[in-house]
Amino acid sequence: MSTQLAIFTREHYLNVSYGWKSWLFTRDHKRIALLFLMTITFFFFLGGAFATMVRLELMTPQGDLFQAQTYNKLFSMHGIVMIFLFLIPSIPAVLGNFLVPIMIGARDLAFPRLNLLSWYLLVIGGVFTLWAIVAGGVDTGWTFYTPYSSLFSNTNVVLAVIGIFISGFSSILTGLNFIVTIHQMRAPGMTWFRLPLFIWSHYATAIIQVLGTPVVAITLLLVAVERVWRVGIFDPALGGDPILFQHLFWFYSHPAVYIMILPGMGVVSELITTHSHKQIFGYTFVAFSSLAIAIIGFAVWGHHMFVAGQSQYASLMFSILSFLVAIPSAIKVFNWTATLYKGSISYSAPMLYALGFIGLFTIGGLTGLFLATTAVDLHVTDTYFVVAHFHYIMVGGMVMAYLGGIHHWWPKISGKMYPEGWARLAALIVFIGFNLTFFPQFVLGYLGMPRRYYAYADEFQVLNVMSTAGASILAVGYVLPMVYLIWSLRYGESASANPWGATGLEWQIPSPPPTENFEETPIVEEPAYNYESYSRASV
Amino acid sequence: MIGEGFRLFPVQASTFAEKLDRLYLFLVGMSGFFAGLIIILVITFAVIYRRRADRAPEKTRTSLGLELIWTVIPLILVMFIFLWGADLFLDQSIPPQGAEDVYVVGKQWMWKAQHSNGRREINELHVPVGRAVKITATSQDVIHSFYIPAFRVKQDAVPGQYRTMWFQATKAGEYHLFCAEYCGTDHSKMIGRIIAMEDTAYQNWLGGYTEETPVQAGEKLFVQFDCANCHESGRRQRCPNLGGLYGTTVALAGGGTALFDEAYIRESILDPKAKIAAGYEPVMPTFRGQVTEEQMLALIAYIKSLSPNVAATSTEGARRPQSSVPGKKE
Amino acid sequence: MSLIVEHQFDDYEQQQQATTLGMWGFLATEVLFFGGMFLGYTVYRLLYHAPFGEASRHLDVVLGAVNTGVLLCSSLTMALGVHEAQEGNRRMVMLFLAITAALGMIFLGIKFFEYYQKFEEHLIPGPHFMWNGADARHASLFFIFYFVMTGMHALHMVIGIGLMAILVFLTWRGKFSSVYFAPIELGGLYWHFVDIVWVFLFPLLYLVERSR
Repeated sequence: MSTQLAIFTREHYLNVSYGWKSWLFTRDHKRIALLFLMTITFFFFLGGAFATMVRLELMTPQGDLFQAQTYNKLFSMHGIVMIFLFLIPSIPAVLGNFLVPIMIGARDLAFPRLNLLSWYLLVIGGVFTLWAIVAGGVDTGWTFYTPYSSLFSNTNVVLAVIGIFISGFSSILTGLNFIVTIHQMRAPGMTWFRLPLFIWSHYATAIIQVLGTPVVAITLLLVAVERVWRVGIFDPALGGDPILFQHLFWFYSHPAVYIMILPGMGVVSELITTHSHKQIFGYTFVAFSSLAIAIIGFAVWGHHMFVAGQSQYASLMFSILSFLVAIPSAIKVFNWTATLYKGSISYSAPMLYALGFIGLFTIGGLTGLFLATTAVDLHVTDTYFVVAHFHYIMVGGMVMAYLGGIHHWWPKISGKMYPEGWARLAALIVFIGFNLTFFPQFVLGYLGMPRRYYAYADEFQVLNVMSTAGASILAVGYVLPMVYLIWSLRYGESASANPWGATGLEWQIPSPPPTENFEETPIVEEPAYNYESYSRASV
Repeated sequence: MIGEGFRLFPVQASTFAEKLDRLYLFLVGMSGFFAGLIIILVITFAVIYRRRADRAPEKTRTSLGLELIWTVIPLILVMFIFLWGADLFLDQSIPPQGAEDVYVVGKQWMWKAQHSNGRREINELHVPVGRAVKITATSQDVIHSFYIPAFRVKQDAVPGQYRTMWFQATKAGEYHLFCAEYCGTDHSKMIGRIIAMEDTAYQNWLGGYTEETPVQAGEKLFVQFDCANCHESGRRQRCPNLGGLYGTTVALAGGGTALFDEAYIRESILDPKAKIAAGYEPVMPTFRGQVTEEQMLALIAYIKSLSPNVAATSTEGARRPQSSVPGKKE
Repeated sequence: MSLIVEHQFDDYEQQQQATTLGMWGFLATEVLFFGGMFLGYTVYRLLYHAPFGEASRHLDVVLGAVNTGVLLCSSLTMALGVHEAQEGNRRMVMLFLAITAALGMIFLGIKFFEYYQKFEEHLIPGPHFMWNGADARHASLFFIFYFVMTGMHALHMVIGIGLMAILVFLTWRGKFSSVYFAPIELGGLYWHFVDIVWVFLFPLLYLVERSR
């Protein structure tokens, strides 16, 4: 049924006011979500451009496309931009900002102005990072190991560090906002155990954002101090300890990777249930597994340092805990699979992304076990095995979940449907391109190809060429959604309030929603994903 | 091996490689099983339960039993993997007694190695087949990592610290040596060759070096830097006699003890006031800026030689009887 | 007296609880922020306790103790200010907040005098650092942590004083009443936190190894 007339006359958050001021000074969480969407999309493609150049260089064993230092800057900036300016904000700042208030029945987040500030901080942090890039780049790797970063590198380390420092506060404020909102502003009847799992995973993510980010902030600040004033905090020649840097750095950066997957898991829980019209299997287990990952995730950082020289006993402790943190993830995968059993499964693009996530995240997570095994890690750490592992999780997992979520909630956000045929094609292209890019890297890693090499031994070429070929396919898969999603804003079919026949408060309000979200505060009486007694608008 | 061409699996050239590959293949098999299981289940469910107008989805029943099964079984499996890995790891972190000593210094962007008889190599390391080799590594500048894929071992070379690793080659040949910790511009070029030779060939090669051993060089430096003035027995006893101390625990002024190992010797030369021996005054001057890393290794070799019959420190007890035949996991 | 309840909140009580939880959450991030520095300091103190002890004895423990007293008093006046806000006594609130800010400025003044002393004694790490005792490198490391940690604390003090000034101004303008004074409470929380950080900094930096 066409609601086009309704959209022209009905007021919603997009048409309630016009002009750049109404966007740049907005307090509406939905508009802020879109501001974030535009910013991180820009950084995604910037980081992707760096990746393209990296993969082009790696087609041949010799370093013949770029100079060594240029290549070092390319992979460093790829990592910095993708992690701090794309992945960490991504789902929380876009989908989280848009949906958290609506899913719990609130009119906005607890602190709308802090939310806007969070966006500005990301932009300012991004500007500093761009400045570092334009001024010649930074070549320390996103890990900034000392003493190379604090004393030896002659690139724009301090600028990059300032950019990351500022964007870190963006992350902290988002996390703070979510925690307070989820605690204080749930609608009547929305008890903790009726919350969508998307909310649970964002709550767990927010805890990590709030507790972990300050540590990397002060660590990078100390690196900047060491660089500017030439004092020896981490430099052994001046009395410092480079391993202390690693401990402080990884204390945040390991939990950070859980910031970069938990929200994706929350999205997948929503996608699987909606597109199989079935209640989640094991709600309580999935909910608590998010918390378990967040908490245990703070205790495993030393698995990045098995060969750095920490004591064997510390290494063994970190190894056991790293195995333990895998268990909650496994629980989620099994529960999602069980949810599909005897469901009513639609092959919509969001579902294809979700199913792809399950497969790729499983592979990525299992390879994490290899790395947790101290003896195996002696061989594969600092090789392409690690590169493959984290790309399976961050790209095969998180980015797929992000795209799936964008598609799934696109009708709610924009009031338009995306073209389903093109979306399925793009999902397929992404899946194929991704595997071709990153699976050969596991083989390369075990063969011994180290990370961050721009020239490599001849026998590694075949696998590298495969990887680059895959990357070119992957790139197509990412560009397609940009094109058709923008196309759909003007030419897409109008969306009803609930095109998927889903449960959840966000589907009870119009697409796009009005600024205040709800005309009346909803009263919640049912558990989440209550598909059995739910009469669907469309099957 | 270098020059061999395209491979899908690395060559096994050390005792550890054989043991590790067994664990690795188990992990591959187990991962393949679980990934395959999930993927097959997901695809099967997606097909046979695809949306049809005539069939409604079934009600979800929770099952505590199922949750426990798929929590406990993975838990048991990962504990098993952990124990297997820990066993290999501990083996591999403690060099056996009598291992051949090689000192390695990494610097941007080359590897310098020195054998116990003084023979030096740059970006290459000759090693014997069938005997354990212990690498003690440090860096002159930033963190590097000494990585031999064919042996499946790597160890970070950290400036200001000594780190050890060991291996035992099982097959003669030439193998890649890579720096595996990003260290700046020419990180990718900080590579070399490990040349494993049958023992007799190795001894011949080693013996071809008849110049100064590190111990001899160290003895000369000991006199050149005036250490002998204080530290020789029989002289004015302002400083401790260094004979017989290597590998022992020494008492420090103000309480506390320290292990007299390579790191302690190095610190005492560069930072003599950091740890004062009990009963002595802090009069030793610092030699920071006067002693290069290689001279440091020579001095350490000499001081070690003043303690005969102490082949290894007390932390280096052999965990297993050393075997030159790759054996099954016990 | 109008009670401002923002549109996203259902009622004043919800707003109150949310803003308080938000402030506590923010303070948690501050704990972790300072925590990184405390961890680094602890590690190095354990590794190099002799030079750290020696360097610590070069700090002016009298001035440090005076500063501790100043801050503790300022927390008292802050708490009194919050109490007066509960009672709705505008004048007393302004007085106590102003005294709190003034004590904060005294703290900063003494601190910067100490920094100046260190400058005179050539104890600022860097090219002009001069050390007569053993192990100059690790003594310098102590001073790096001293300056970074107290400097970061001083920065938070400056922000706190700014907050006090804003609160005094808003109180003067009649924004608060005995029913609505949440910003003063939250400002108080922040001030107490900055005080507690100092309560840990002072013994760790000034008092350890003092008896030797």
